[in-house]
Amino acid sequence: MADVAIPPNEAFANSYLKNHGKRKGILAWILSTDHKRIGILYMVSLFTFFTVGVILGVLMRLEMLVPGPAGKLFTAQEYNALFTLHGVIMIFLFVIPGIPATLGNFFLPIQIGAKDVAFPRLNLLSWYLYVTGSIIIIVSLFHNGLPDTGWTFYIPYSIRTGTDVTMAVFGVFILGFSSILTGLNFITTIHRLRAPGMGWFKMPLFVWALYATAWVQVIATPVLAITLLLIMVERIFSVGIFDPAKGGDPVLYQHLFWIYSHPAVYIMILPPMGVVSEIITTFSRRTVFGYKAIAISSLAIAFIGYLVWGHHMFVAGMSTTAQFVFSFLTFLVAVPSGIKVFNWVATMYKGSIDLKPPFLFVMAFIFLFCIGGLTGLLLGSVATDAQLHATYFVVGHFHYIIFGGGVFIFFGALHYWLPKMFGRMYSIKAANWALAIMFVGFNMLYFPMLVMGAEGMPRRYFAYLPKFETWQHISMVGSWVLVIGLIIMFANLLHGIFKGKVVGSNPWGGTTLEWTIASPPPPPENFEEIPVIVHEPYYHPEAIEVK
Amino acid sequence: MSEIVGSKSETLSHGHDVHKHRDVQGAKLGMWLFLFTELLLFAGLFLVYATYRYFHPVQFHNAGLETHTLFGTINTMVLLTSSLTMVLSIGAMQRGKKWLAVTFLAGTILLGLIFLGIKYFEWTSEIREGLYPGSPALLNMSDGEILFWGLYYTMTGLHAVHVIVGMIILTFMLVFILTGTINQNDYIKLETAGLYWHLIDIIWIFLFPLFYLIN
Amino acid sequence: MESQETNVQTYSHDHAAESKHAEPIGYGTYILVWLALIALTALTAVVSGVNLAAFTVVVALVIALTKASLVVNIFMHIKFEDFIFKIFLSIAGFTLIVIFTLTFADVYFRR
Repeated sequence: MADVAIPPNEAFANSYLKNHGKRKGILAWILSTDHKRIGILYMVSLFTFFTVGVILGVLMRLEMLVPGPAGKLFTAQEYNALFTLHGVIMIFLFVIPGIPATLGNFFLPIQIGAKDVAFPRLNLLSWYLYVTGSIIIIVSLFHNGLPDTGWTFYIPYSIRTGTDVTMAVFGVFILGFSSILTGLNFITTIHRLRAPGMGWFKMPLFVWALYATAWVQVIATPVLAITLLLIMVERIFSVGIFDPAKGGDPVLYQHLFWIYSHPAVYIMILPPMGVVSEIITTFSRRTVFGYKAIAISSLAIAFIGYLVWGHHMFVAGMSTTAQFVFSFLTFLVAVPSGIKVFNWVATMYKGSIDLKPPFLFVMAFIFLFCIGGLTGLLLGSVATDAQLHATYFVVGHFHYIIFGGGVFIFFGALHYWLPKMFGRMYSIKAANWALAIMFVGFNMLYFPMLVMGAEGMPRRYFAYLPKFETWQHISMVGSWVLVIGLIIMFANLLHGIFKGKVVGSNPWGGTTLEWTIASPPPPPENFEEIPVIVHEPYYHPEAIEVK
Repeated sequence: MSEIVGSKSETLSHGHDVHKHRDVQGAKLGMWLFLFTELLLFAGLFLVYATYRYFHPVQFHNAGLETHTLFGTINTMVLLTSSLTMVLSIGAMQRGKKWLAVTFLAGTILLGLIFLGIKYFEWTSEIREGLYPGSPALLNMSDGEILFWGLYYTMTGLHAVHVIVGMIILTFMLVFILTGTINQNDYIKLETAGLYWHLIDIIWIFLFPLFYLIN
Repeated sequence: MESQETNVQTYSHDHAAESKHAEPIGYGTYILVWLALIALTALTAVVSGVNLAAFTVVVALVIALTKASLVVNIFMHIKFEDFIFKIFLSIAGFTLIVIFTLTFADVYFRR
């Protein structure tokens, strides 16, 4: 490939990783407005919380060693705290900021040929809000006992319980602001700072995905903010807005909560879909098939995703009309999602496929995401949902989507872009092994949940009937296998970052703008000269024309 | 908030060659996006209001008779006037009349203060009548009336918080004009702050009929 | 080549938009709008005294919408801004309609 532009030694001497400002040490990082450094800050914080979330998850599985209720590792109340913390940390501190805050911050400006995001200081502020919100949540745990409401803070329990829901909710409120500011920044950046020649349909598909996500962040998050604010108002002043004892309607709370939290699922999954488009085209050595269809389908998913929140509430006491409407709208999401998957597969057709780790992660993603999507159909239709609601089936389903879909691609994206970010390569062999182990562990962990759920095992119970013992044990062992895979993967990536073999600017033969600059990229402005865009983003001159 | 407004000018140093001029459009786009989040924040509350009004039409009607329409009407006019002085301040800045801009902006802040003052008298009179969340008088009333007053205090209260935030931002703008940071050639900060102030006005335009008039 | 041409157009368009801002709107326009807003406020307060049964809400909301659109268009300059601002605004407006319609798909049919 065109790997000759900048000699690696020079790249390391002049990289964003070296200090160029007047500040020293850690201050040069936590006060930097360079989007690349902010991306790294986010990455360190996110994976710290991810580790905590994983440990909590493994403990929850360990709880299922015996059916109980006698001889349990944790009491019922402690188990309530475990699933609440696991949910809050994984959803609000890890997956929602996820790819946009880390890799999006790092690569969005580079991919559109800009020197930074539109509002760099606002970008840093959003990281501080993230950290503040996280600290408040962590503090709330050690104040009045562990929160036990579940991550959805459903009313009326959340206004009755004695644990410190107010503070936990306030933390999430602050995190919401962080998310809004990132989204606002990205939209403005994409509108205002594209390099000359980069029309809307010359943007990389990752940028399109981030654009759609950013709109969801801006338009949906405020509704969560007000919902959480109302919980706080309710707990402090007891105005009665959601309190059934005073005429309030708990179902209305669920509406408001899911008006945000369903679109939030698309905040979690759209950016990974953008990454998939990047990886598939790079490792197939072909321009992407159906570029416009994939780009528009991102917007379509964001849009339809806004219309379907009611499918979380089929059994909550909604009107039958609403059940019908929301069920119908839910099935519409399959259309743009299908468009994406078909175009990805068509991109590989007659491509020159290179089975490197990022591509293998995408393969794992397609498999796991299909299971997640197909089980989603059963939950989207009212009749089957009435049976499966609040069982392990739901837990299995969303882990297949969010973890198997979103987070596996987050990992794949790390394998794709880390050589660019740090100029060094991890061990390909270890990466392949880690993926294989994780894939096995993942399916051992979550497939039994689908089975148990279909047989009636309810979620959020700390004990279970003896007939589920075998499946629970398979699931538990699966969690250990998965963790082994994760440890190998992170060890390999960290070793790669610090000690890996030095690579040039374009190890994979990618065609988007980030592969035209040095690895690691130069500070703080990315490009010596702002590039002028003449080609489509995925222009592979050597590719075979498919007739 | 001041950080948000303050960061707009950063675009200048980080934009590329083609954006040699200050990216005024970018700053405005960013501010409008922020306004949408404020709009949707209140939209959640309006949705709650609409639902409960639909469930308890008669009780909302009766409770609405208790609010002070006169206070509400005067306050609406005060806020509308403050919006006028806001745009006049920007207009004066555009024409380079610094002291006129300062006068109008100070007037805007003063009108905000008057709004809050009237609000204070209104709330105290209602609290004296025993109409406040969790009060014994209120808890004896019907569900619909409890919800009405709950929403009344939550929505006008959240709006008042926004007025206070807006006044703080405008005070910063006043200082920026005096120090010359905002001048005839660079008044985007004042413009975006103005947008925020107008949004507060718009929200009140809808709160006013819902709590003071429809009865 | 083709793409560069489009780009030039984009930026010249921008430039035109900004030169349009250069001429400030007259104080008179603002004062007229303010007078209209005050008049509408008086009108809606007076009308609320008249019993219009089910139309009370509609009348009050129509007047409020008129007032809001005056503020958005003139005071907030949307009338004079680029097209993209109008698209943005319609996305926000559309979101509001979606939230209300779908929630009322439940609320309206619940009892």
